[in-house]
Amino acid sequence: MSWVIAITAGALFATGTYLLLQRLLSRIIVGLGLIAHGANLVLLGSGGPPGAPPIIEEGGVANYSDPLEQALVLTAIVITFAITAFLLALAYRSWIERGSDEVEDDLEDRRILSKSGKSR
Amino acid sequence: MTTAATLPIVIPLVAAAAALLTYRSVTAQRVIGIIASAAVAMVALWLVFTVDDGGTIVVSVGEWVPPLGIALVADRLAVLLLLTAAIALLAVLLYAVSQGETDHDFRGFHAVYQMLAAGVGLALLTGDLFTLFVAFEIMLTASYVLMTHRADGEETRSTLTYVVIGLVASALLLTAIAITYAVAGTVNLADLSTKLDEVPDGLRAGLGWLLFLVFGIKAAIFPLFFWLPDSYPLAPTPVTALFAGLLTKIGVYAIVRTQVLLFPSDGPATFMLVIAGLTMVVGVLGAIAQKDIKRILSFHIVSQIGYMIMGLAFFTVAGIAAAIVFIVHQIIIKASLFLVGGMVEESEGTGAIDAVSGVARRTPLIGVLFLPAALSLAGFPPLSGFVGKLALVEAGVDIEAWGIVAVSLFASVLTLFSMTKIWGGVFLGKAAEDAPRRLAPGMSWATAGMLAVSLVIALGAEPLIQYAERAAADLVDPVTYRNWVLGVRG
Repeated sequence: MSWVIAITAGALFATGTYLLLQRLLSRIIVGLGLIAHGANLVLLGSGGPPGAPPIIEEGGVANYSDPLEQALVLTAIVITFAITAFLLALAYRSWIERGSDEVEDDLEDRRILSKSGKSR
Repeated sequence: MTTAATLPIVIPLVAAAAALLTYRSVTAQRVIGIIASAAVAMVALWLVFTVDDGGTIVVSVGEWVPPLGIALVADRLAVLLLLTAAIALLAVLLYAVSQGETDHDFRGFHAVYQMLAAGVGLALLTGDLFTLFVAFEIMLTASYVLMTHRADGEETRSTLTYVVIGLVASALLLTAIAITYAVAGTVNLADLSTKLDEVPDGLRAGLGWLLFLVFGIKAAIFPLFFWLPDSYPLAPTPVTALFAGLLTKIGVYAIVRTQVLLFPSDGPATFMLVIAGLTMVVGVLGAIAQKDIKRILSFHIVSQIGYMIMGLAFFTVAGIAAAIVFIVHQIIIKASLFLVGGMVEESEGTGAIDAVSGVARRTPLIGVLFLPAALSLAGFPPLSGFVGKLALVEAGVDIEAWGIVAVSLFASVLTLFSMTKIWGGVFLGKAAEDAPRRLAPGMSWATAGMLAVSLVIALGAEPLIQYAERAAADLVDPVTYRNWVLGVRG
């Protein structure tokens, strides 16, 4: 795997994780998208160095780039795309229903907090 | 005849398309759904006998011979779980149709339900890691829709947790597959089982744990289970019952398949045993603290997953066979318990233990259905839970893993305690004066049918355990699996 791909994937995972831990739903979705991109990039990088298009013509098969992981990554991208669209729809409904984009504390956590007499 | 192994995937897909085309008529959708689920159950039953006699069926999709292309591998383990899953899918569908609300209010229900069935079938039958990922995505995306379509207000948050956790796990799974492909150059499970031998030990172990983590999130093992009790109770009853019965167990199946085939261990895996013990105990303690039937049962899902991981962690034929029997028992019993819980909610308007009492007198039928299911969950003889737990304990005693055996028995006692809490709180006590709401008879029949299957498991324990032992023997011997998938065939 080339250094550029490795470092980019690492950066995507890191940024995605940071965004995932935020309280705003829109940021969480962007974060998930970035993590998925990172995963796709790792998958793309897993096939070894780039080479000639894998179409049988004259010459050997030695220089061909691996087509399998490209097929895999295409599948993965389509799945990510659909799921992200679904998540955005959910976020929109959540916004319509509650008028805010913020993810609240867990109900149970709030109950425990109020029982312990502390408040934030 | 080998193409019959694709039917458990193809039938639901066709049915899903048909259900979309007939969205104007709920009746047509119901007929399509029930016929499809019944057909899958028939095919699965046929597959169980065929595979047991004639050996594993391998289908190369598009005639690409493994390790190229996608291979569907119907071995003993896969078809047994396929049959169990098909029974659960059919029973829950009948329950949903009798209840009537779920599919009437949401016309996409039958299409999504069949998509989920297709995902389950593909996850069980696939012979390569990437298709497993795709199968999980099909199954989980369908489950996201079923989970969220009714949620409003407060519930939106919990269902979003479910979706987001699912997506993080999927991204991790994809990364794990990428790393696997990078080090081994293949995603075919049979091929991987040899190719991974050439991979350095550290890298191999890391991959093993990454896959364990990913499927662990889906299976809700300790400490990755927090999303489950929060989100499951919010869905409509049939949906919760299906999720409870099936989804986490497919995660366990993926753990069993990958760990045994790709990352075999010579002796019991201590770390996995610790995880198993903690899952049992923390899950059941969580259940004891709850005050709502569905939430109690949701924590029990977690707790029972621990038993399956325990059987796997022994890495012996007896242990894995016990885990298989236990998975079969759990799919049936867990779904039935949730169906009963749903009947309480349906007839009393709520499932909160404090608010409901005297159900055994108000609607005796619900009590009659609850009792065997609850006792089976706790592991009382002669019910199916006893068969599973006895096999697990015997497997543990065989290799003198006294610690985990003690923990599992302790968790069983706590399970029984928690079930008596439901029994005492909901079914006994003063019966209110007002008449309970009437239940559609189909709901009781569907639940009773599931309990009958559980009884069959208990009565037919000997053949089932022998079958599971053959399945486990297939599993622990990767050469057999490799020969079936990669070997020369006519």
